[in-house]
Amino acid sequence: MSISAIALNRFGLGARPDEDAPGNGKAWLEHQLADYDPAPAAWAALPGSTALADAFNRQQAAIRAAPDENAKQPVRMALNLATRDAYRAAVNARATAALATQAPFVERLVHFWSNHFAVSGEKPEVTTFAGSFEAEAIRPHVLGRFEDLLTAVERHPAMQFYLDQTRSIGPNSPLATRVAARNPAKRPGLNENLAREIMELHTLGVRTGYSQADVTEFARALTGWGLIGMGAGSAGHGVAGPTASFVFRPQLHEPGTRRIIGRAYPQSGEDQPLAVLHDLAASPATANHLATKLVRHFVADDPPPAMVKRVAAAFTDSRGDLPAVYRAMVASPEAWHPQPAKFKTPWEWMISSMRGLGLNDPGNMQMAPLLLQLGQQIWRPGSPAGFDDVAASWAAPDALLRRVEMAQRLCARIGDRVDPRTLGDLILPDGALTDATRQAVSRAESAAVGLALLLVSPEFQRR
Amino acid sequence: MFHRRDILALGAAGIGASLLPGIAFARAATERRFVFIIQRGAADGLNIVIPHGDNDYAKLRGALAIDPTEATKLDGQFSLHPSLARTAEFYRGGEALFVHAIASPYRERSHFDGQNVLETGGEGPYALKDGWLNRLGAMLPGDDDKAVALAATIPLALRGTARVVSYAPSGLPGANDDLLARVDQLYADDALLHPLWAAAISAQNMARQSGGRQDPASLGRLAASFLARPDGPRLAMIETNGWDTHSAQPSRLAAQLKALDTLVGAMRDALGPAWAQTSILVATEFGRTAAANGTNGTDHGTASAAMLIGGAVRGGRVLADWPGLGQSALYEGRDLKPTIALDALVAGAAAEGLGLDPAQVARTLFPATPKLRPVQELARS
Repeated sequence: MSISAIALNRFGLGARPDEDAPGNGKAWLEHQLADYDPAPAAWAALPGSTALADAFNRQQAAIRAAPDENAKQPVRMALNLATRDAYRAAVNARATAALATQAPFVERLVHFWSNHFAVSGEKPEVTTFAGSFEAEAIRPHVLGRFEDLLTAVERHPAMQFYLDQTRSIGPNSPLATRVAARNPAKRPGLNENLAREIMELHTLGVRTGYSQADVTEFARALTGWGLIGMGAGSAGHGVAGPTASFVFRPQLHEPGTRRIIGRAYPQSGEDQPLAVLHDLAASPATANHLATKLVRHFVADDPPPAMVKRVAAAFTDSRGDLPAVYRAMVASPEAWHPQPAKFKTPWEWMISSMRGLGLNDPGNMQMAPLLLQLGQQIWRPGSPAGFDDVAASWAAPDALLRRVEMAQRLCARIGDRVDPRTLGDLILPDGALTDATRQAVSRAESAAVGLALLLVSPEFQRR
Repeated sequence: MFHRRDILALGAAGIGASLLPGIAFARAATERRFVFIIQRGAADGLNIVIPHGDNDYAKLRGALAIDPTEATKLDGQFSLHPSLARTAEFYRGGEALFVHAIASPYRERSHFDGQNVLETGGEGPYALKDGWLNRLGAMLPGDDDKAVALAATIPLALRGTARVVSYAPSGLPGANDDLLARVDQLYADDALLHPLWAAAISAQNMARQSGGRQDPASLGRLAASFLARPDGPRLAMIETNGWDTHSAQPSRLAAQLKALDTLVGAMRDALGPAWAQTSILVATEFGRTAAANGTNGTDHGTASAAMLIGGAVRGGRVLADWPGLGQSALYEGRDLKPTIALDALVAGAAAEGLGLDPAQVARTLFPATPKLRPVQELARS
């Protein structure tokens, strides 16, 4: 691939036939850092967390108010449908933003960070807030400081519900002490889930020297985090403010100094967990962990160590300024290796296919179920580790067959409105299209079959 | 769906024999079957095979403790979670064996590292790149497809050099024959995509008569449809998720176990006479805390319970060197202490289940543990 083709396909989301290939691929990437829109029209049209939470609470109240199971059932079904529709609308907004953007490199970074800080919608609350999580916690911060991104992500309702923070209560907090005084068997307690995954997945990385005791101490420091009008401690402690926005509840917070990875945190209340997050964000282990994942995403399944070191140094030297980190990647020669080393995930393949066909939005297609059929249910990777970012997880027999079926279906809608023989050189420019694919496309029995072959060709499935 | 008639028609249209790699119409090299069901998320062994004979159990579990009058009594010490009704029948019929206080060599509490160790058979996370089930497949004679993964992608335990197919039920309309034939040509020179494509077409053909739904019973029937074929794969892997019960454990674990029970029951019904040749291993990456947590659940722990089910299994027993649940007996003061190596169970179950030499299987599956002694007398001879 040429520099221009690499900028479009490896860093961007795939070429569009209605946009000229960039003359200077590296300058094109740099300009996008100024052109990025954190709240494009498709996202701005969707309800935020507060509106979603109010609707959720109203429907929960309606279920509780229904006199018996027969009456509850239709209300529950309506809630499930509303949750599903909101989720689907958000996935379509995400796709529209990726199709229409002037800054595909930054949109790719949004997808990267959203997966790094993965939530998975097994609980209805997480499904409800998954879209607003990306809009409110990820999108505004991808060109800012890592610590701000981290803080916004961990305090968002989607993450607090997903990793059980809304249920974690300091065992010696004022609330727990009161409850235990009434009934010692019912003393509320800690949930370590969020603390563990922040350390293991979001910042330091697994096996970087922290212990089980550090996880438990961090979980104690995090107690008190909650949401207005939702979760443990919200009833009877009315704090004014928009529903589902972050609140600190001193009555749930475990008192005392915490000791985490050899450092004491004597702060009281809300400042304590923020001080821990600050130190985690600044740790060299975090720089190395994030650099490894970024280089794996942009360059190769086995990240070149020299480049990881360089990108980690950019993170540390800039104190976590994310654009400085991205510039260090773009400046690395390893990123411009002409052979494509990455096999596209279903999401990447689907978006690049739709861009390649010149689509500006999904139209009447529901992207969420289509991606489920391709094996990648957006915002539901099944674990807080997110979706894998290596070919071995995506290049599988059945997955390949699904892509061929999907390509046939997508291209049947286009028919002969696009000539696959000219499209090939537009979306795989400067010789990225191989002679074998060119020949297969030209021999296809119809334009639709030719287009489908282009989209499932070995070169289009890689970047 | 893709039928054999279509495959033959495709062959006539010029696809050639490369489309049909695994379907050599010969019989598979062994009649024995081995299935690995992975429980991702750390299944709570203490509430699955319940140590009701241990007085500390009820104290530690509080409201989470399973009522002994609802569970199925297995022996003087253990009983079985009430959701596992069909599994209890297998136990009574001598076709289910439970192993308790068992763990892989992994002693930390990360799901992802724990599953890596469980699936690779390495001493520690990322020590090995391929999976033990794939290495087991390579020990079987012949060069047909050795194993099937009931998943859209290949799980780590099945990654490696032995040939494996994957199949997941799809809601998409099938691609037409012409396109399939052209894609086959397009991938002819691609070292990664060509073998994957060949395997996909082969698996699609094998699955043609099975249902396309993803409920546990359909999944069980689908797995059985691969394994029951005379020329089908002899190894299978099925992934189950959702065992990470930090909260609302009683209802979630009951639903998980019901699904597992249905899956295994459907396999038994659909396998027919092949059931007598089948061993199914059910295992998880690690267990959960001995005590309940503050949110009606349990947190990441160490030892758990494993199951071995099938017509080929010498069941009706619980194997355990019970460490006890007293405070001083717990691992790091919080978890059930491992007293049996999961690797020893895997090696013994796989070797005896497939009629292979246990010592050789142990060396191949767990190369970093040369002194591993496989558990013996697991299969009916």
